[in-house]
Amino acid sequence: MAEVLVHVDHADGAVRKPTLELLTLARRLGEPVALALGAGARETTAVLAEHGATRVLTHEASEYADYLVVPKVDALRAAVAAVSPAAVLVPSSAEGKEIAARLAIRIGSGIVTDAIDVEAGAEGPIVTQSVFAGSYTTKSRVSLGTPVITVKPNSAPVEPAPAAGTVAELAVGFSDSTRGTRITERIPRRSSGRPELTEAAIVVAGGRGVNGDFTVLEALADALGAAVGASRAAVDADWYPHAQQVGQTGKSVSPQLYIAAGISGAIQHRAGMQTAKTIVAINKDPEAPIFDLADHGVIGDLFEIVPALTAEARARKG
Amino acid sequence: MTLKIVVSVKYVPDAAGDRTFADDFTVDRDEADGLLSELDEYAVEQALRIAEAVEDAEVTVVTVGPEDARAALGKALSMGADNAIHVEDDDLHGTDAIGTSLVLAKAIEKTGFDLVVCGMASTDGAMGVLPAMLAERLDVPQVTLLSEVSVHDGAVIGRRDGDAASERLQAALPAIVSVTDQSGEARYPSFKGIMAAKKKPVETLDLDDLGLEGDELGLAGSYTVVEAAAERPARTAGVIVKDEGEGGKQLAEFLAGQKFI
Ligand SMILES: Cc1cc2nc3c(=O)[nH]c(=O)nc-3n(C[C@H](O)[C@H](O)[C@H](O)COP(=O)(O)OP(=O)(O)OC[C@H]3O[C@@H](n4cnc5c(N)ncnc54)[C@H](O)[C@@H]3O)c2cc1C
Ligand SMILES: Cc1cc2nc3c(=O)[nH]c(=O)nc-3n(C[C@H](O)[C@H](O)[C@H](O)COP(=O)(O)OP(=O)(O)OC[C@H]3O[C@@H](n4cnc5c(N)ncnc54)[C@H](O)[C@@H]3O)c2cc1C
Repeated sequence: MAEVLVHVDHADGAVRKPTLELLTLARRLGEPVALALGAGARETTAVLAEHGATRVLTHEASEYADYLVVPKVDALRAAVAAVSPAAVLVPSSAEGKEIAARLAIRIGSGIVTDAIDVEAGAEGPIVTQSVFAGSYTTKSRVSLGTPVITVKPNSAPVEPAPAAGTVAELAVGFSDSTRGTRITERIPRRSSGRPELTEAAIVVAGGRGVNGDFTVLEALADALGAAVGASRAAVDADWYPHAQQVGQTGKSVSPQLYIAAGISGAIQHRAGMQTAKTIVAINKDPEAPIFDLADHGVIGDLFEIVPALTAEARARKG
Repeated sequence: MTLKIVVSVKYVPDAAGDRTFADDFTVDRDEADGLLSELDEYAVEQALRIAEAVEDAEVTVVTVGPEDARAALGKALSMGADNAIHVEDDDLHGTDAIGTSLVLAKAIEKTGFDLVVCGMASTDGAMGVLPAMLAERLDVPQVTLLSEVSVHDGAVIGRRDGDAASERLQAALPAIVSVTDQSGEARYPSFKGIMAAKKKPVETLDLDDLGLEGDELGLAGSYTVVEAAAERPARTAGVIVKDEGEGGKQLAEFLAGQKFI
């Protein structure tokens, strides 16, 4: 059976959820072979095996933390040579897309980015993309080389599927080009304790209408176990960190539920949330375009509605 | 010595218009007005700031695109770039990212560079891959997705705000950078700038000039095929209620009905 290479995204051995979703998709195409790199790579293997990896290739070296992007491309290149996979799946983070892009050039293959679904096809994997701010859905495929596909978070369920997960060390050679861009300092982002924005099942987002005070939204988010997002207007006003921005130049999210409060629904914002399953809008302007997307909309003052909803949610939770 | 800066910009359909696909699944350029991708204005801005901070610099803007793409170059020139290169060829119709990066790399190599500045992503394809592809093809460091960038003593320094951390990056020139919309507001062209732009040189190149064959590019040479494109069905109209004091409660009931609470 054909093998499918999956690039593992992990933090010191803790595998991030999108990688497990990739394993679900990879199993539709063949036998998943996972590649884990950098500090903690060997700690990823048990989780990867539980979710379907028949083999796990690892490589630990300081280069992965010290230099931007290229060391990981070198390793993927080596893994492609060793495995001859039917496809390569990479999480669609900013870094993941850059790694995939360089790999595609290096192995002379086509690339499709930001997949929201991947299925097996007669001529190779069929990739579904949501484009033009979510207004179109396309189906594409790579027609030359080994398909390189980056997949957005929340595009597939995480499914336990125990497999052998045989661990092997991958041999990776680095060159001068590998060390072109040095990471001279790294300041980790402080965790809010809430779910990761792109991975969360529920996102509560606020915009200019929040008027500087995100605590009402944070209270709702905590009652729902949700992540907090923000429009660019709220981020530009320094009310919330840029890392939490949703939209074209922020994060793209596909949660089960997206609650937009005090957000008008500009096209650039919609680009980052239109694929959410259920959309709720709270806005005092009945003409706000966000209502065109809403499954349930409330016209009114968010400072009245959100606290009432939070209280109800807490009460029902008991 | 002149610091040679090349800014790579894309001409895109206006996101505010009706963006659609033509019968061959390429972007329908007749249905929406085109313009310089807004995210590439940040690239032009940073290139101009870097040029202003050194003794001697030249800023060249380059685009790969149809005849109308000249408008994108015009905008960049009116902001203050010195000259422009327009790569245009009928055989480019339908080129994917692999092909576009090949053409751009050839054009950038031909004109020569110390620094290439790109936007973080286009506003239509929005792949965010071209800068990394250019670095791979040109075999120079990639210093990408910067919210802060400067050039000192033959090196580029920048800050990249990633998912897990904020990183300081450093690489020797020549290098490829891309900048985000956090890097600093782009200037508006002045009247003087607009007038001056009309006299600035724009060189037009075709595939022949770059030593490329038509069948390597366009739909024929593409590494990817689009098999279908469908307009997303309009979301079924939701229930919109006016808050008369019970809005929060009604919303809670809706969410309970959907098993969210
Ligand atoms: C190249 C480019 C990229 C961009 N990228 C992004 C992006 O990634 N993400 C993004 O979000 N935007 C992005 N934008 C900006 C986008 O165009 C909008 O300007 C932005 O989304 C507006 O944010 P907003 O909805 O919070 O503010 P506004 O449009 O000002 O809307 C505020 C809303 O709050 C409502 N309101 C006010 N007070 C209350 C209240 N008390 N109760 C209830 N409702 C209230 C108002 O009725 C209004 O509808 C981008 C723009 C460009 C040009
Ligand atoms: C909706 C849609 C989906 C697409 N999906 C795919 C796909 O999955 N795979 C694929 O191979 N192709 C795809 N394409 C084609 C691809 O968009 C083009 O080949 C494009 O030239 C490169 O990708 P991008 O626009 O996403 O650029 P990005 O990688 O997002 O652009 C980043 C930066 O590169 C520079 N740049 C980009 N294009 C040009 C240009 N023409 N001239 C000068 N500088 C430029 C700019 O500085 C820009 O800010 C898609 C196109 C569309 C419209």
